Amino acid sequence: MSDNPNNWPLWEVFIQSKRGLEHKHVGSLHAADAEMAIENARDVYTRRQEGNSIWVVEAEHIHASRPEDAESLFDPADDKVYRHPTFYTMPEGAKYI
Amino acid sequence: MTEVKDLEALFQAKIDAEQKIEPKDWMPEKYRKNLVRQVSQHAHSEVVGMLPEGNWITRAPNLRRKAILLAKVQDEAGHGLYLYSACETLGVTRESTIDDLLSGKAKYSSIFNYPTLTWADIGAIGWLVDGAAIMNQVMLTRTSYGPYARAMVRICKEESFHQRQGYEIIAVLSKGTPEQKDMAQDALNRWWWPSLMMFGPHDGESAHTAESMKWKIKRESNDELRQKFIDRTVQQAEVIGLKVPDPDLKWNEERGHYDHGEIDWKEFWNVVEGNGPCNHERMKARIAAHENGRWVREAAVAYASKKARKKQAA
Repeated sequence: MSDNPNNWPLWEVFIQSKRGLEHKHVGSLHAADAEMAIENARDVYTRRQEGNSIWVVEAEHIHASRPEDAESLFDPADDKVYRHPTFYTMPEGAKYI
Repeated sequence: MTEVKDLEALFQAKIDAEQKIEPKDWMPEKYRKNLVRQVSQHAHSEVVGMLPEGNWITRAPNLRRKAILLAKVQDEAGHGLYLYSACETLGVTRESTIDDLLSGKAKYSSIFNYPTLTWADIGAIGWLVDGAAIMNQVMLTRTSYGPYARAMVRICKEESFHQRQGYEIIAVLSKGTPEQKDMAQDALNRWWWPSLMMFGPHDGESAHTAESMKWKIKRESNDELRQKFIDRTVQQAEVIGLKVPDPDLKWNEERGHYDHGEIDWKEFWNVVEGNGPCNHERMKARIAAHENGRWVREAAVAYASKKARKKQAA
């Protein structure tokens, strides 16, 4: 981090491309405040009609899992195939199931 | 604790398995440094690249061309920003990255140290310079570092109009009056060799190639990309009746590629080292823009904190 107080903070930008879809992370930018971050995000990430709505979040407010924790977080799901519909054997001839 | 050697083996295994490296993953210091150098240089090139084209915005021959050129230059600013952001994920601040450009410590693509003398040069830049950049950038959409690859996907989507608008300019001029056709040919003559130099030194002499290939930062060598560019562009020149300024250019049936004459590497290094026609002018313009924008950056921070204080008080 820079200690120059005149540097603008970093914002992460999320764009909803169409009504009804999720907001998706598209990148980041620097801006003095949220309003400017949204204006800059408009200019940088939606020049070709990519957007319908913009979220900006100051990057320092995002907390992320650590790559070294990936195993303990996600491996427990590996042996639970019965959580997927394809795990089950359906009687021959049954329809709409 | 895991040994660095094990970490390196794990890292290489990920790369070999075509998995992307993400900002929080462990990476060898040299991989990180190599990427910071390449991504920042790429970002600087996008930004400095606006200068030669900006030179013609006020003199574009009609409103259609002016709107297109404005949109293209605005895209380049955006591309610079995507790349600066990718660079920042490697743990360097935006400020220090930009300082390195302004102090001359970091380089940008030498192609932008050539002047844009006529309107045809704007065509040549789109067709040849963006064309060469696209070769490189399409390869980089598959680079091993996630944020860099994602920035490249975005850039490539936008870049294809840049090349097409340039080729259109040159094609229109080459069908125009004899003077206009001469202007198009003259632009091709001046931009052809510098465009080939954009791919960098021959594979044997490229300082970073071996390591970059092992780490899949790069996936095709300088010479391979250059050959691809030549093979495609020669055909495009033929279609519009222009002549590529290389007397040694010849189709090689056996190789299935064009053979071409030797590049003037003395000129290449001379421009890299700062002695090209516009190195001084470009840096002067960048430094002036940065200095003249300082009060805007400071005022925006002051305004934001004033607004925040008011909101808190209310």
